[in-house]
Parts: sequence; structure tokens; C-alpha cells
Amino acid sequence: MVPTLSMLRKIAVLPLLVALAGCKMVVMNPAGDIAVQQRDLIVISTVLMLLIIVPVIVLTLFFAWKYRRSNTKAKYDPDWHHSTRLEIVIWAAPLVIIVILGAITWMSTHLLDPYRPLDRLSPGRSAAAVKPLRVEVVALDWKWLFIYPDLGVATVNELAAPIDTPIDFKITASSVMNSFYVPALAGQIYAMPGMQTQLHAVINKPGVYEGFSANYSGAGFSGMRFKFHGMSRANFDRWSAQVKAGQDRLDGPAYLALERPSENAPVRRFASVNQGLFKAVVNRCVEPGKMCMDDMMRVDAAGGLGMAGVYNVTTLEYDKRVRRGEGGLLSYVAALCAPTSSPFASTQNPSLSRAPSAARPSLAQ
Amino acid sequence: MSPDLVKFIFGRLTWDAIPLHEPILLATFAMVALGGIAVLGALTYYKLWSYLWREWLTSVDHKKIGVMYIILGLVMMLRGFADALMMRAQQAMSFGEAHGYLPAHHYDQVFTAHGVIMIFFVAMPLVTGLMNLVVPLQIGARDVAFPFLNNFSFWMTVSGAATVMMSLFVGEFARTGWLAYPPLSNATYSPGVGVDYYIWSLQVAGVGTLLSGVNLIATIVKMRAPGMSLMKMPIFTWTALCTNVLIVAAFPILTAVLGLLSLDRYVGTNFFSNDFGGNPMMYVNLIWIWGHPEVYILILPAFGIYSEIVSTFCGKRLFGYSSMVYATVVITILSYIVWLHHFFTMGSGASVNSFFGITTMIISIPTGAKIFNWLFTMYRGRIRFEVPMLWTIGFMVTFVIGGMTGVLLAVPPADFVLHNSLFLVAHFHNVIIGGVVFGMFAGITYWFPKAFGFKLDSFWGKVSFWFWLTGFYLAFMPLYVLGLMGVTRRVSHFEDPSLQIWFVVAALGALLILLGIIAFLIQLVVSIRNREALRDLTGDPWGGRTLEWATSSPPPAYNFAFTPVVHSLDAWWDMKQAGYERPTSGFIPIHMPSNTWAGIVLAGISMVLSFGMIWHMWWLGALSFAALIITAIVHTFNFKRDHYVPAEAVVRIEDARTETLRSLV
Repeated sequence: MVPTLSMLRKIAVLPLLVALAGCKMVVMNPAGDIAVQQRDLIVISTVLMLLIIVPVIVLTLFFAWKYRRSNTKAKYDPDWHHSTRLEIVIWAAPLVIIVILGAITWMSTHLLDPYRPLDRLSPGRSAAAVKPLRVEVVALDWKWLFIYPDLGVATVNELAAPIDTPIDFKITASSVMNSFYVPALAGQIYAMPGMQTQLHAVINKPGVYEGFSANYSGAGFSGMRFKFHGMSRANFDRWSAQVKAGQDRLDGPAYLALERPSENAPVRRFASVNQGLFKAVVNRCVEPGKMCMDDMMRVDAAGGLGMAGVYNVTTLEYDKRVRRGEGGLLSYVAALCAPTSSPFASTQNPSLSRAPSAARPSLAQ
Repeated sequence: MSPDLVKFIFGRLTWDAIPLHEPILLATFAMVALGGIAVLGALTYYKLWSYLWREWLTSVDHKKIGVMYIILGLVMMLRGFADALMMRAQQAMSFGEAHGYLPAHHYDQVFTAHGVIMIFFVAMPLVTGLMNLVVPLQIGARDVAFPFLNNFSFWMTVSGAATVMMSLFVGEFARTGWLAYPPLSNATYSPGVGVDYYIWSLQVAGVGTLLSGVNLIATIVKMRAPGMSLMKMPIFTWTALCTNVLIVAAFPILTAVLGLLSLDRYVGTNFFSNDFGGNPMMYVNLIWIWGHPEVYILILPAFGIYSEIVSTFCGKRLFGYSSMVYATVVITILSYIVWLHHFFTMGSGASVNSFFGITTMIISIPTGAKIFNWLFTMYRGRIRFEVPMLWTIGFMVTFVIGGMTGVLLAVPPADFVLHNSLFLVAHFHNVIIGGVVFGMFAGITYWFPKAFGFKLDSFWGKVSFWFWLTGFYLAFMPLYVLGLMGVTRRVSHFEDPSLQIWFVVAALGALLILLGIIAFLIQLVVSIRNREALRDLTGDPWGGRTLEWATSSPPPAYNFAFTPVVHSLDAWWDMKQAGYERPTSGFIPIHMPSNTWAGIVLAGISMVLSFGMIWHMWWLGALSFAALIITAIVHTFNFKRDHYVPAEAVVRIEDARTETLRSLV
């Protein structure tokens, strides 16, 4: 932030923090540099707006009291309804505040863009020298999968990171929209199926923090929580060694089993993970026989396959009740478009199709 | 019967759809059924059916339709508020080992229904009702431009509301949140009837809303009294015009996006699914392109109501009328370029986010100007603290807090930590209760004597106001705090016991609001019982400024025996100052629209159509669709659409009024 603003901030933060010290306001007292800057922005904006809001509230109550009917001493001017000078002030005063706030918004939105790699770990400490920790996040029904591609391990409903190390999150979801949020660390970003979002953040204080989905995602949503452990580098290394020492392996079939809906899922650790699993999840082709979305997009970008493309229909259907253990659903469009002579359309339930396809080999094969 | 035949006839409907295993629903059903039987019994006993049918259900009189809209809004408010109480109770109880009294699948329906009902079937009918009741009177018209359409619009809204209510006892409601984001709302993830109830009730009610928007725009543009140029229009009419422009421009988007969702659910298209390159974010964009203007659809008329009330009860011309008009128009336009602020957190680039953040903040400038205009209307006024004025002052103080938190949420990095949190929930309740609901109560209290000829009891009005005000602060300030503690919305169970106290306080606040609602109902009963003491014979009980106060209370069916001529803003005030003499002779027959059965029948058939489609009874859907078309065509052959009120009848009504006014002098 600009120096003048940080001075303003220090003055402004104090009374607020004192007033709210009574409860654990994690948003106002976070442990990660990004969240701290977001907190400062809340405080600065609030103070700026109070410059208008407080006078308005005071004047409302004062005028209501002063010009009450019983106070016949107050001046009564029933035809006074215009004053150019006053009009200019009442449009200009909010305008000035909004111009300032707009400038702050433009700067801070770019500086705190979750897609932007960090350039500092905390005020005055550059992030350039520290190698970021990459974490791939998948919101499943209704639990969180964290894949550490650098470590080759994965965890469910448990996230750990060393302090003062940039964390580079890539986020997606398996079925419906969720939002990945660790208030102590940084603001949230949506986790959406077939799409990938990003978040760059850093945790500065060791501790155990709450993480959860911030966007309602169905029956198990309330239990979709995890603990985020901010650890010293040594503790983190010990933790990752522990995870690696385990037995479980996260490959295609294991992922598909994990993906099925479950509520209040316990912590799980996987000592090894198939390379490229996250990419396959984003492109929705972990399941055998599915064409990856990026392949489909490449085909489409090249002009599509024409009539031959109808053979791809069943391989492009990803949402399945079967996977959720709820029985099959026949899609009319798939049924109409798939030629009857094709081996893919012969089954009543396209999602059960195990026929080979033009898709790139998926992980489970 | 063969299972295939049963399935053909009943579609998805089975005995399981009747919630006999849900004691809460069963008790509710028993109460509703008893209440319903009591009402029907009373209607039969007092032989009121034919009166009801002739005077109300088939009426095309904009005043009666307005009143019926308001009754619908108030009845649905009881349902929506019951949902709110259930949520507050669940969240106050469900900690650690205790899981509250609502299972997740029930709780999720409750918060979805609460949002849908409060926006579509409480706020919208109240707003539309007041516009219907007041706008034609304010512009000196005899009715709206299309009286039958008005009746039809109202009944379509009722049909949508009844469909939502039906989901309580037959099947279930959506478990998706009030905007039903896909993929969650797709057939794969919400296979039941809940989302279909949601879609069909909104589609049917949406037809009503859109048509009533068209109707009121035509009315305001074409039917103003001679002399009433746009810049002499009462401010409430201005806000009604802007709101209806927003409705006509925004509701088709809702209809289209729900139509696409229906195609996804019914025929397996993939607009918003994860398959075949479908894109759920498209839905989110579209629904908010409707959804953001929607909040201004609700708040603008409330702003208009406050403007009328402030100038009336301060005994003073509104400060900065033209700046108020321009502020309203600017808000109308800007409301279309802010929608993305509802999903800053979905990964848009920093420049896109900043753009929408800043456009959102810009809206606060005209809104701020409005607040100052009301403030300076109070300055050097003679303020009478009648109940409508109390609501207005309560609004001014409360709304600016909600406005402030709204601008805060418009700063994208701040939104990243506050989005979907209880801070957000507190914010929009702060502006919707503090803005829209207070405005509706102010408007109802203000125009009640115009509609019925007697004022509402002011003691119970004040009791209601103070309970609402304190209840609001107690219920929602804790939610701001909880939001800052990192608590998100729509959660049915918590682990952290330190949060509980805040939820308990919020639940107490909700109870105070309950007392406010009860006080309002008592106010209605007491006022009806004491109506002779509260009677207003002048037609102008508050010292009003606009044309609706120029006629009797309640106004005759034709509103004005002679169309008034307008020379200035605040036309009625101007007429009073100029020593206006009411015409007492020379009356001529008045051309008026006739009642029609078609609105209620068409809406009834639409409800059957919805039911058939929701439960996949295709034969019923097809049959009722055919019936809908045929009935509409049959109605076009109804040539008895209008009549003349004979001159003798006008003379009789106007002479009685002359007599009344003379007796008052």
C-alpha cells in the first residue's frame, strides 16, 4: 500500500481492534500477509466511508429532533427546496470519497489479485528467493483433496504448509461449485468443475487454522471443513515424511472411489499420487473412456470433426448419477445424437460405456 | 393397474411425496388446513362468495388489485418469516454434539424457500401492490392502461406463490440456495422435484411481473393528467416508472435463463452442465444480470415512498426534486453494469473486477445524494412524527449502514474475505429490511386511509416500528460480527462453541421482529374495530401534496369525476394553495373497464400446468397447456369488456361526497 495509507491504517486499526478484541475475529486478525492486506483494506474503506456516514446519521437525528413540530422556535420554511451550492456539495462529497476509494480499489485489486504471484512474504521481505509450494486443490462431494505435486503426496481434509513460503494453489472441483476459503490465510476463490482457478498466498505464523467451503454445495456442505496447519519448515518436512511413509496410493480408481459423495469425511493421507491426476480432474477424464475437455476444445478449435464427432458424444458426458450411487440417467440429447449403429450408443446407460474412444489414454488405464 | 399406467398417470408423484414422516410439516399442514377450512367456512356462512367473486377476484380496479397484491405479500411474509425463525433457531441450537432439530435436507429447503419467498412473493407483491394502488391516483388516471392485464398479472403472481406453498406439502422445495446455481441445480445433482417447483413458480409469477411492468410503464407514459409533464410527476411515480423499466428489461433475462435450466433438466441439453462444453458460469452471469437490477426494482419504489412521506410530514416541498429524479434515473442505468460484483471470487481478472467494483461504488453517489435530499427536506420543516415518518427516519439511519457495508463489499479484495459470509447476509438484510421492508410498512401506513377511508391505529403502529427496528439491529449486527469471524452462510451445524452466543442473540432479535409482525397484525385488527374513530372523511388525512389526496377515501371506482389539470409539482398542494373548488355539477357518464373471470381462470390453469410439468405428468401438462391457449382465445371473444358509469350514478356519488365535505366544515 501507499505510505500515506499505511499511516492512516495504523491510526485507524487501533480503536477497531481494541473494540473487537473480545471475540476471535479471524478476518480482522489473520495470520497470512494477503489476508492482512485485505483486512487493512476493509479498515481503510470503512474509515473513509464513515467520514460521510457519521455526519449523515448525526444530522438525521439532529434535524429530526430540532425540527419536530412542537419546537415552534425552529425556523419553518415550507417553500425552501433548492440551493445550488448545497446540491453541489451533496453530489460532490460522496463523489470525492468514491474517487479516493475507486483509486484504492483499482490498485488493491491488481496488487491482491489471487492469480498474481506474491512479491513479498510480509512487509519488507521479498518472496523472490523462496521457492513456492505448489498445492492442487479439488473440492469433492463433500471433502477437500489436496495434492502436493512437488512432494508426490496427497491428503484429504488436511492442508499443511511451511510458514513464510509462498503457496501456489490451483483449484478445481469434481461436481458442483464450492469456494476454497481459509480466512486466516487469504480471501476465497471458487472451486468449479471443469475449470481451474488460482490463489497465491503465504502464512506467516505457525498455527492450526480453519478452512472450509464458502459456497453451498449440497447435503454435506456444513461438514466440508478442514484444518490448515501453518508449520515451521522443519515441522513441515517431518509432516511430509510422515505422509510419505504411509501405504495408500491415489491413482485413478482410488480417486474415483474417493470422489463419490460422503459427509464429514475423516482426514486421509496418500503416500503417492499419479502424475497428472489434477490435470485429468480439471479436464474431467479420470474415468476410463472419457475424452479430456482440453482435447475436445482442441478438436473444436480445429473446426470439429463434422459428422464423425457424434462418436464422441458418450465420451463427453461427465456428470453421472451412477458415480454418485444414484442409478443411471439417460440423456435425451446423447440418445438422439449418438448413431444407433455405433457401439457407444448400444448401451442404455451411456455413462457405463467402457468402449475405447478417441480420447487420450486416461490415468486408470 | 399396471405400473406403467400408474407412472403415466402420476409421473413421479407417489405417496412418498406426502411428508407424513415429517412432524413439523404435518403440524404446519394441520394448521394451514384448519385455518383454510375456517376461512372457507366463514365465507360460506356469511354468504360472501359471490361478493368476493364480483368485487375482488374478478375485479380489474387497480385499487382492489393493489390491495390484493399487498395482502398476498403480507400472507407470504408470514411464511417467509416462519422460515427465518426456523433457521435462526436451528443455527442457535446446532453446536458440537447437538445437531439442532432440522436435518440438513430440510434446513437447506428452508433457507432456499426463505430467500425465494421473501424476494419474489413478499417484496415484489408489496412493491407492485403499492404501485398499482397509488400510481394511477397520483397521475390523475381512472385505471391502469390495461386493466384486464393487471388482473391477469396479479393472479399469475398468486399462482406462483401457491405453487411454492404446494411444495411444502407435496414433494419438496429446492435445496440449492435462492438462485439455484448449476451444476447443483441440474438434474444430476438435484434429481428431485424441488428445483422444478422453483423453476415453475418463478416462471409463472415472472409472467405476471413482466406484464405488470409493461402495464405500469404504459400507464405512466400515456395516462398522466393534462399538464403533468415528466418533471411535474410525483417522485413516487418517477421511481415506479424507473422500476418498471427495470422490470421490463430484466425479467426476460430471468425467464430465459430459467428456460435454459429447464431444458437442461427436462430434455438433457447442456447449457449449464459440466458435459459437452456446457458452462455453469454462464448461468451465474445471466441470473445476476437479472438479479442485480432486481434489488433496485425493490428499493427504488421504497425511495419514492420515503420521498413522499418526508415532504408530507415535514410540511415542506421535497428538497432537490430534479436532483432526486436524476439520481433515480442514474441508479436505473448503473444497475445494469454492476452484476459481476456478485462473483468477484470466481476468478475474473483484476481489471474486470476493478471495473465492476468501481461502477458499484458509483451507485452510492446518487444514492448518497438522495439521502441528503431527504435530510435537507427535514431541514427547516415542521416534522410530525406519525408512524410513516418514524419508518422513514428508521430507514435513513439504518440504510446508510447497509450502504456502507455494501460499498465495502464492492472492493474486490475485501469481498474475497467477506463473500458468502454472514457479513454479506447481514449487509443485504440491512438494505432490504432497512430499505425495502421499512418502506413498505411506511407506504402501507401512509396510503391505508386512502384505500379504506380510515387510518391505522398509531399506537400499535409505533409498537410495531420499535420492535422491528430493535429486532433488526439485534438480529443482524451479530451476523456482521460472525462474518468477520469467518462464518459463512447456509451452514446447518457448527463445531466452534464460541460462535453460539452470537447466534442466540440473533435468534432473540428475530423474536423481536416476530413481535413487530404480531403488533402489525394487531394494528390491523384494532384499526378495523375502531374504524369509526379513525375515519377520515376529507380524503386528505395527512395534509398531502399529490393528486391521490384530491379524491375521496376510498376513491370511487372511477377515481376522479373530472380529470384534474396539473399546473405544478405537488399538484394537490398547489390546488389547495390556489383555493381549488371541487366541481359539484355537470357530471357526465364515465367509461370504465368491466370485470372478467379470465385472469383467475388462466392463472389457475397455469398452476395445473406447473403441477403437471413438475411431477412429469406429461398428459396433464399437455392438456392444461391446450386449455390455457383455448381459454385465452375464448376470452378474446368476450366483447363485454367495458361499461359506462351512468351520469346519474356519478352525480349520486359526487353529491354524497359534497354533502360529506360540507358537513366537515
